[in-house]
Amino acid sequence: MARGHRNVLPFVAGRLAQGLIVMFTVATLVFVLLHAAPGDPLTSLSEQPRITPEVVSRMRQNFGLDQPIPIQYLRYLGNLARGDLGISYTQHRPVVQAIREAIPNTLLLATVALLIDFGLGTLVGIAQGTRPGSATDRTLSGVTITLYSMPVFWLGLLLMFVFGERLGWFPIAGVTNPVTYPYASLAGKLFDRMHHLILPALALGLVSAGYTARHQRSAMLEAIRQDCVRTARAKGLRERAVVMRHALRNALLPTITLAGLAFPVLLSGAVLIETVFAWPGLGKLAADAVGRRDYPVVTGAAILAAAMVVVGNLLADVATRLIDPRTRTAA
Amino acid sequence: MTPLLRVQDLTTTFDTPAGTARAVDGVSFSLDPGETLALVGESGSGKTVTALSILRLIEPPGRIHPDSRVEFDGRDLLTLSPRDLRRVRGAGIAMIFQEPMTSLNPVLTVGTQIGETVEAHESVTRAEVRDRTVEMLRLVGIPDPTRRWRSYPHELSGGMRQRVMIAMALVCRPRVLIADEPTTALDVTIQAQILDLLRDLAQRLDMAMVLITHDLGVAAEIADRVAVMYGGRIVEQAPTARLYAHPAHPYTEGLLQAAPRLDGPAYPTPAIPGAVPPATAWPDGCRFHPRCTHAWERCHTEPPLIDVAAGQTARCWLRAAPGDPS
Amino acid sequence: MTRIRLGSLAVAALLLLAILAPVIAPYAPTAQPDLIGLRNAAPSWAHPFGTDMFSRDVLSRVLYGARVSLLIGVLAVAISVTVGTAVGLAAGYAGGAVDAGLMRVVDAGLAIPKIFVVLVVLALWEGITVPVLVGILGFTGWFGVSRIVRAETQSARGREYVAAARAIGIPTHRILVRHVLPNVAAPILVVASLGIGQVILLEAGLSYLGVGVPQPMPSWGNIIADGQHLFASAPWISTAPGLAIVATVMAFSVLADGMRAALDPRDR
Repeated sequence: MARGHRNVLPFVAGRLAQGLIVMFTVATLVFVLLHAAPGDPLTSLSEQPRITPEVVSRMRQNFGLDQPIPIQYLRYLGNLARGDLGISYTQHRPVVQAIREAIPNTLLLATVALLIDFGLGTLVGIAQGTRPGSATDRTLSGVTITLYSMPVFWLGLLLMFVFGERLGWFPIAGVTNPVTYPYASLAGKLFDRMHHLILPALALGLVSAGYTARHQRSAMLEAIRQDCVRTARAKGLRERAVVMRHALRNALLPTITLAGLAFPVLLSGAVLIETVFAWPGLGKLAADAVGRRDYPVVTGAAILAAAMVVVGNLLADVATRLIDPRTRTAA
Repeated sequence: MTPLLRVQDLTTTFDTPAGTARAVDGVSFSLDPGETLALVGESGSGKTVTALSILRLIEPPGRIHPDSRVEFDGRDLLTLSPRDLRRVRGAGIAMIFQEPMTSLNPVLTVGTQIGETVEAHESVTRAEVRDRTVEMLRLVGIPDPTRRWRSYPHELSGGMRQRVMIAMALVCRPRVLIADEPTTALDVTIQAQILDLLRDLAQRLDMAMVLITHDLGVAAEIADRVAVMYGGRIVEQAPTARLYAHPAHPYTEGLLQAAPRLDGPAYPTPAIPGAVPPATAWPDGCRFHPRCTHAWERCHTEPPLIDVAAGQTARCWLRAAPGDPS
Repeated sequence: MTRIRLGSLAVAALLLLAILAPVIAPYAPTAQPDLIGLRNAAPSWAHPFGTDMFSRDVLSRVLYGARVSLLIGVLAVAISVTVGTAVGLAAGYAGGAVDAGLMRVVDAGLAIPKIFVVLVVLALWEGITVPVLVGILGFTGWFGVSRIVRAETQSARGREYVAAARAIGIPTHRILVRHVLPNVAAPILVVASLGIGQVILLEAGLSYLGVGVPQPMPSWGNIIADGQHLFASAPWISTAPGLAIVATVMAFSVLADGMRAALDPRDR
């Protein structure tokens, strides 16, 4: 089986190069979007009563905002290349620092949500696809369509209210319990983290799971109709083996590609869920910053989010390539 | 000799928005041990549906009529429990299909797919499964079988894939092989190889074969007997040589004449006028009569299969003895 | 009932409710009939969805919110579809450097999660109004559409009738309108219907965060925000608009499903 893996490295290198080009375009796009707004970043500041016009114009000079746009663009690209995302207006520290603290929390949340999304979604989709038209199928269809029509933050609020406040099973804010966490044992710490993680991850993952289930159902239906399934039956295989071995494997391949498309959706949802549950991640950082017009944080967060999407897509592509024998041994 | 496989009054219909399609309408034939029967017809004649019905591989909206009977080894396959049916599939009666690329699972190795059949029917060790598989690959003429065992279907040529299908079907030594257009998707030169292989294996493994084809040449190559199908019914049955020399049904005649000849003018090839009607609306009486040059009013009543000569029957009033009641 | 019929009926009903809101809503959305007595009142005959912390009738606010959300959804998608179709046609037909350049932009646009794109624009925007929101959502939501249109354009371009049209000298724009566009129309309708649902969800999220539809104008998102801290004592405030969103997005999804099924008979 090792013979195919020779082909993977050049493939990965190629996709990495592509990814860099995308990131460059992302940075440019963010710059364009930012300057689509009328006025400049300091307009709001100059409206505050105690800030004199001299301070504002000095700030403007300092940040290079009085320069023509193309010069600003080049400075911006140069800073990015050096990993400088600017200084947060409201936190008075480098944006990179704030992001560095926030990203692990978002990664954790998004990963668990992705697991819920795919774990639940594929199971439901397979259950539906193997008994189309049945009562189970139709009920589950109703459930999945309801799920993915829900606003993610509303589901979060519902879960928080029912399981957090009413039933008291789960905490409703934060990553860990601020009072007891430092004193807990390792197992206790782990449990505390998971305890806090469940509700936000569920809210984020369930909505996407509805979507995944729909896709998996179609893929299953498509796979079962294939000739190779008929051959498997003609060989006298048990129905279970026919479904599991033949139909399912072919049905799961498109779902992995779907995983690549899930990242942007999950990260968008993270902005809202992190706000609902006071989860200190990249999303909450961006959401808070927008309200306070702290644009370096917002742009930094947007660029990082895009980077996460690009990396995620690359991983999904590599995974698909490794798993599907047709692409693995192709030149 | 008692027939190995006996199909009686097989009727398979499909419920479509346009009406009920009677794809197979009262088909009966039998197969003796070691014999090769060719089921010949154009597309739409019902030959593939017949084959699928034997192993109950028909999916809704298709239905096999409860009056049908398919006797194999003394038991009616159409009323077997799913468990017993599963045991017959692959081990008693095996089937190979037309398109080896889509009929094989692209994500499993060739060896796995052949081995599956063994594992489903016999309790043997992994090592034995492997040995049987490799031996089977060798038997069907695949070079370097120990290495090919690990190949994926897309790594093999069309002819090799069909050989793999054959290996997969025969690894449990079934008594009957149903081959649905096994050579249609292949190049002409490979076709001849595969046919030779099938004939050779049928002899070596003492296996009976039902060969489905639209190609009269293929049927002539390896069949002992030929049954011609039209409109979901068998319209003529005869030993091969007899059929080609003395066809008894106008449709068979038409088919034979429509084949281009080497010993005469190539054009025009006389085609059978008209087209096959849809299975939802077969004509009254003899299904072929609207296209038949010899038709007369008696043809508005459907003829039974009439004995013509030793072993040859035809569903045509032309073959009825004068004075026969209509 | 087929999906397309069910979806169309549901969407039509919702649009009707939204258009007739001023007529059927029992109160004005900002009316405060009884400032003291009716704060956070539970649902009753007079107030089927209860009242909020400012004694406003929730049902009326949800109905007016339907107007806002649907208006934003439909208009924003109209803009996205127009821009996306134009870009997709250009990229798919011209090919070469134009295609490559445009597609790099599309790739970048799709790489940034949707909400972040909007947040970047909103970060510096003073005074958000509904028209501004429509514009922002519309002009940042065309990336996906352009990909689909491009694919269809490319396949249409390869067809003989296009080559024939070019051979007799029909100008490009007419070829695009007469030959390519009709093929693209059907999948665009599906995408548009799904898109309306997505924009409604996005707008609700933005309003919930406080950077969408400005208070006191009701939008389903900001009504939910109003009620979030009162979930324990007055759950109706946040529940009603949430259900409204679910119903609306479902209606557009079912419609899109039905249209897709009508286009591709193989898909069950």
